[in-house]
Amino acid sequence: MSNILSVMTFLPILGVLLLLFIPKESKGALRGVAMLTTIATFAVSLPILTGFQTNADFQFVENVPWIAAGPFAMRYNIGIDGISLWLVILTTFIMPIAVLSTWTAVEEKVKAYMICLLLLETGMLGAFISLDLFLFYIFWEVMLIPMYFMIGIWGGKNRIYAAVKFFIYTMVGSLLMLVALIYLYFLGTKAGITDFSLLHFFDLKVDPATQTWLFLAFALAFAIKVPMFPLHTWLPDAHTEAPTAGSVILAAIMLKMGTYGYVRFAMPLFPEATHQFTPLIATLAVIGIIYAALVAMVQEDVKKLVAYSSVAHLGFVMLGVFSLNEQGVVGGMLQMLNHGVSTGALFLIVGFIYERRHTRLITDFGGLSKQMPVFATIFMIVTLSSVGLPGTNGFVGEFLILIGAFESSLRWYAVIASSGVIFAAVYMLWMFQRVMFGELDNPKNQVLKDLNLREIAIMVPLIVLIFVMGVYPNPFIEKMTPSVQKVIAKARIEPVATAKAVAPVTVQPEAAPAHPAAEKPAGH
Amino acid sequence: MDINVAQLFQTINLATIMPEIILSVMAMALLLVNVFVPSKSKGYLAWLSLAGLVAAGYTAATGWGLNIPSFSGSVVLDNFAIFFKLIFVVAAGLTVLISDQYMEREGCNQGELYPLILFTTVGMMLMASGTDMMTIFLGLELMSISLYVLAGFNRANIKSNESGLKYFLLGAFSTGFLLYGMALVYGATGTTRIAKIAEAAAKMGAPDTMLLIGALLILTGFAFKIAAVPFHMWTPDVYEGAPTPITALMSTGPKAAGFAAFLRMFLVAFPVMKADWSDLIWIMAVLTMTVGNIIALRQDNIKRMLAYSSIAHAGYALVGFAAANTTGTAGILFYMLTYAFMNIGAFAVVVVLGKQGESNGNVQDFAGLAHKRPALAAIMTLFLFSLAGIPPTAGFIGKFYLFSAAVQEGYVWLAIIGVLNSAASVYYYLRVMVFMYMKPAEEEFGWVKVTAPITLALVVAGVATLALGIVPSYLLQLAETAVKLI
Repeated sequence: MSNILSVMTFLPILGVLLLLFIPKESKGALRGVAMLTTIATFAVSLPILTGFQTNADFQFVENVPWIAAGPFAMRYNIGIDGISLWLVILTTFIMPIAVLSTWTAVEEKVKAYMICLLLLETGMLGAFISLDLFLFYIFWEVMLIPMYFMIGIWGGKNRIYAAVKFFIYTMVGSLLMLVALIYLYFLGTKAGITDFSLLHFFDLKVDPATQTWLFLAFALAFAIKVPMFPLHTWLPDAHTEAPTAGSVILAAIMLKMGTYGYVRFAMPLFPEATHQFTPLIATLAVIGIIYAALVAMVQEDVKKLVAYSSVAHLGFVMLGVFSLNEQGVVGGMLQMLNHGVSTGALFLIVGFIYERRHTRLITDFGGLSKQMPVFATIFMIVTLSSVGLPGTNGFVGEFLILIGAFESSLRWYAVIASSGVIFAAVYMLWMFQRVMFGELDNPKNQVLKDLNLREIAIMVPLIVLIFVMGVYPNPFIEKMTPSVQKVIAKARIEPVATAKAVAPVTVQPEAAPAHPAAEKPAGH
Repeated sequence: MDINVAQLFQTINLATIMPEIILSVMAMALLLVNVFVPSKSKGYLAWLSLAGLVAAGYTAATGWGLNIPSFSGSVVLDNFAIFFKLIFVVAAGLTVLISDQYMEREGCNQGELYPLILFTTVGMMLMASGTDMMTIFLGLELMSISLYVLAGFNRANIKSNESGLKYFLLGAFSTGFLLYGMALVYGATGTTRIAKIAEAAAKMGAPDTMLLIGALLILTGFAFKIAAVPFHMWTPDVYEGAPTPITALMSTGPKAAGFAAFLRMFLVAFPVMKADWSDLIWIMAVLTMTVGNIIALRQDNIKRMLAYSSIAHAGYALVGFAAANTTGTAGILFYMLTYAFMNIGAFAVVVVLGKQGESNGNVQDFAGLAHKRPALAAIMTLFLFSLAGIPPTAGFIGKFYLFSAAVQEGYVWLAIIGVLNSAASVYYYLRVMVFMYMKPAEEEFGWVKVTAPITLALVVAGVATLALGIVPSYLLQLAETAVKLI
């Protein structure tokens, strides 16, 4: 099937159309259709995984003209490479879980909720597979709408504030990116580029001063999404107020849009600026790691704690990605998946107890392990994975990131960031201890029921992945490595010697000695 | 002017003004029908007007690509004019569809409404077709005078009276500026033909002071019509007081007509002075976007909110004007068309939810709409997202082209101010959605009636808003062809 990517991306829309014809009272049918749609989407995505050739090229490419008017030509240009492959699979994998998690949590306006979830899936998949900058922007914005409604309609007490904040924050960043994108396009047209295809822009030489501005605009949009310190303030609000499925998707997939954006767009498009801003971004990443960990420690709300842990984890991802060597970037990419699995699982767990007790305050719990042994086991595994215990997925990612950063110019950042690993253990384990161990003295907690079959079924795939990725991460790494190498080659500054006199290339003088590997011509 | 009568008749080609003729005849016929066919319900007049508008639009469309001048060069039927005529047909057509229910409810369903709407459309069409300052002025007056009456159409409502009077006084004032400017330009160049003004201006070399002042005054006059800051003061009161369907029309059709004449005057007659006026437009665009958006943030009344947002939208269009390249002018054409769809669509929902005496016009009154009428809330959401410029809607594509034009000409800051304004505007559009979706109804909605014509208007506007956001190519290309000739 040559258009399998399109089928996968727009299958959820088909589900939406089906949902529209189901009366809103028949909640079972609504849930069922949504569930089947997400499972079908996952099923469609599997041949993509198996058919993926391990090389650096974009595969399953579809490229047809879309808009052509005025100075612009936009194409429906999609494809997948090692960088987007796993994120796409993560998305299609998480979505059925998210739908299943709403089974009893959402009783009101089920129809609208399911429509939002499915629209969101299309938006996210589309953003990951777009190879046309304009198309990417469309999907990037489209994602906001269903998430806005999910937070705003089904969220907690402060949901409206959180939803509007989420929307406006992301919107400001992405609109500036839009201007940068248009500017980049007109730079490209002067060099003979005739459409928005990303691949053309990779070969475009942009002078360093312009790169600085363009990079800033792209980086701002992505930094808000990641979110990086100090732009992270929307995240705790959004996470705390969002319904469980919303938090899961937000943490597991949407935050990855930001880091993915750096790897796919900002870094390879603007190598000089990337080099220039690496210290700044690494500093912010490290501040994010430490700061978020410290804030997480004092949280009384479990969900807020997990939200802050997200900020810290994504700080690690950013550090790895900006190490600009293979270990670092692979580690960052892997950590994106790990974070998706473990933090997604954590939010599900928070959802389970919230659904039972309608509170998320740590002080309201204690001693739950006696009452809910299965829950306790699962929670423990996920907590350890989030902390990065060897044998779980979290370890592999963090380890690679720290090695990568240590071997790059970010050595001292890595040293400081390592303390973040310890902090993570402190706040996660302390929270676990306060919630699960101790006296079971609250009478409301004494009647809690353990996880039911549906809830266990939700968690099992995640637990399996935690161990598989922890023990045998090779297949994951293998498939992404060629693409990662390609990105690194592009993102590193080409030395003067290899640059032809086609366009002015400016090189930061200190770059060459620091990266002997960069002496190679930046081919593929 | 050295034209004798025989020559004049030779150059007359009635085909160029056929759309105007059709609409005028239709309007007069409707006046008679209204008198001689006794009927309490005036709904059939709406359908007849719609038929007239469609016929006029079709006639105009058949002239695509022909570019026929007529009346010794004072009127032309070129692609530019045709594109605008189609915008006016859309705006007026949607307006007549949403009028009946409103007028019935407010107890002012006089049959004269429809002929007046048609006459104002004729005025707009003449403005778009006019290649002589006199034609443009006549069109503008025909449009305006009909609108003054329409704004005060709800005689029993004091606010509507205020609206009509205010619009009349300020409109007359601004027309004075325009006319004075035209007189000065005529004095400086000795002609009222736009093409000849351009020739004369080009011959002068250094721009003549009188010509400059004339151009400046003309700019002021048009700025009034498109409600650009600082000439926007009349807008909120007039828009709030006028009957809602008329507000919908005023915020789209006449604004587009203003831009049509504005563009033709400045791009054809005064291109040599571009250095002088483009900075002014730049400043005006920034002010218009910013002031409109900031004040809109504070509005509770939805008509007032849409009025201020309409000021902001004129500002976005001015961004394309400041760039003054093909992308920008084509962007204005496209944007005016999409704005007609999305804004009248939004007003249609306001009409449906309104209660007698305009008592239901606050954002708070939208609370809980999504539970009561999910489809209505959904389509309103679509219009609001489009107004906010969020993909995949027509509003996004329109803004994209306008801001791109600015970037293309090197006005990056203008584009940045534009997008920041868009981001600010998101807040007040989201606010309506917050009430519709996230707050429970304060009081019972009662029975919300959506008549067949309004349903048709909502569907047409909704489909267009979405379709032009996903497959805009064809219309963008048309818009581009349309601006190439001027």
